[in-house]
Amino acid sequence: MLKESTLAVAAALHRAVVPAGDYWLHEVKTGQTFRIVDVDGNQAADTLFYNAGDPFERYSATDTIRAQANVYLGVGSKLLSTDGNVMATITADTVGRHDTLGGACATESNTVRYALEKKTMHACRDSYLLALAEHDHFGLTKRDIGHNINFFMNVPITEDGGLTFADGVSGPGKYVEMVAAMDLLVLISNCPQLNNPCNAYNPTPIELLIWGEGA
Amino acid sequence: MTELLYEDVLPGGSHWSFTVRRGTVLRLIDRDGGANVGMLFYNPANLLERYNAPDTLKCQHTFKLTSGNCLYSDMGRVFCSIIADSVGWHDTVCGNTTRAMVAARWGTKTYQACRNDWQLNGHDSFLVEGGKYGLGRRDLAANVNWFSKVAVADDGAMTFDAANSNAGDHVDLRFEMDTLVLLHTCPHPLNPAAAYPRAAVRYQFRRAQPMTDDDVCLNACPENRRGLENNRLYHLFG
Ligand SMILES: [Zn+2]
Repeated sequence: MLKESTLAVAAALHRAVVPAGDYWLHEVKTGQTFRIVDVDGNQAADTLFYNAGDPFERYSATDTIRAQANVYLGVGSKLLSTDGNVMATITADTVGRHDTLGGACATESNTVRYALEKKTMHACRDSYLLALAEHDHFGLTKRDIGHNINFFMNVPITEDGGLTFADGVSGPGKYVEMVAAMDLLVLISNCPQLNNPCNAYNPTPIELLIWGEGA
Repeated sequence: MTELLYEDVLPGGSHWSFTVRRGTVLRLIDRDGGANVGMLFYNPANLLERYNAPDTLKCQHTFKLTSGNCLYSDMGRVFCSIIADSVGWHDTVCGNTTRAMVAARWGTKTYQACRNDWQLNGHDSFLVEGGKYGLGRRDLAANVNWFSKVAVADDGAMTFDAANSNAGDHVDLRFEMDTLVLLHTCPHPLNPAAAYPRAAVRYQFRRAQPMTDDDVCLNACPENRRGLENNRLYHLFG
């Protein structure tokens, strides 16, 4: 189901453009609305959520898909934590489907997926690790890098149990928007993946916007 | 099949853990049918290296686990390979029951009132077993649910298959590196049974036969060949 937002970009409290290969680590407070924009289309925004007050409670893919009895995310999806609490609810979406199974790329998994020679190519987990190292006052490490959401990615499951990385259903300017149900720490790796045909081997920027509570 | 080194039965609704050496085969047997075994894997030499369900699925373009599949760590290595499987579909995306879920579906049965017939949940079971090795809630990850099938329709809706595994069904895991294994026999979180399912599982250890050129996991896809090469590199120095 597609649903457009009624929020005006000019009213946003915060706006940031993140180039491919960079990270974004930011707080989103309870009740605030958070939007991720796929600026040029078919980009993957690899996103982790932590409870800002207790960051050892974090987004849980398994709890989320089990609770909604569906493997895809879209309007109405509640993003659940490892403690079973709602972290955010998706309230607007012009894409229609987002992946919560495929996880983030890492240099090590790139060697398996593409070729052993890919082991030095930049990957999402590098961005996560750098983000946590540069913000070590949160006390988070590799231990805390869990199973993330890939906003804008289309990863269909077949009835006989296959998994495919299909062409994206996203496009330039499409977005997903959610309202925070607790104070969140949001960590995004804007994927630098150069080996995957689903972005035409061309990683592109994303934009992040935050509106105040009741916007 | 090589000599049986050890076997035991894990009753339904309980938990256990052990460290296996590479070159060991673990056979899990669904003793009475309808079993579920939740399982997580860690590298005992570096507990930060753990089972990664997303990498396992996307490296092999699969949503289910069965023979030919390797179970990957987050470091591009293979903890274990599924060298035989009479079931055909094992789940690795639905996670665990929690205390609240068990109470809501099957009622609260405390230890005080029910002794060993209390109703444990998978989440707490992993916390207890992991705690024995210094692991906590930060270290939990998407786990395998052996013997359980959850199919997905075109629109993404999920359906639990109560008839997936029968009495005597088994799966053989050949460990490709030393591995800390946490496991529980609590129900699958989507099991709709009227009473708390309490299915026992027999487990057996044997020494693995050396991997041959026609190995089912090595040849399942080029990704597994590279994953097992990463294991070879890891073991170069002991
Ligand atoms: Zn990536």
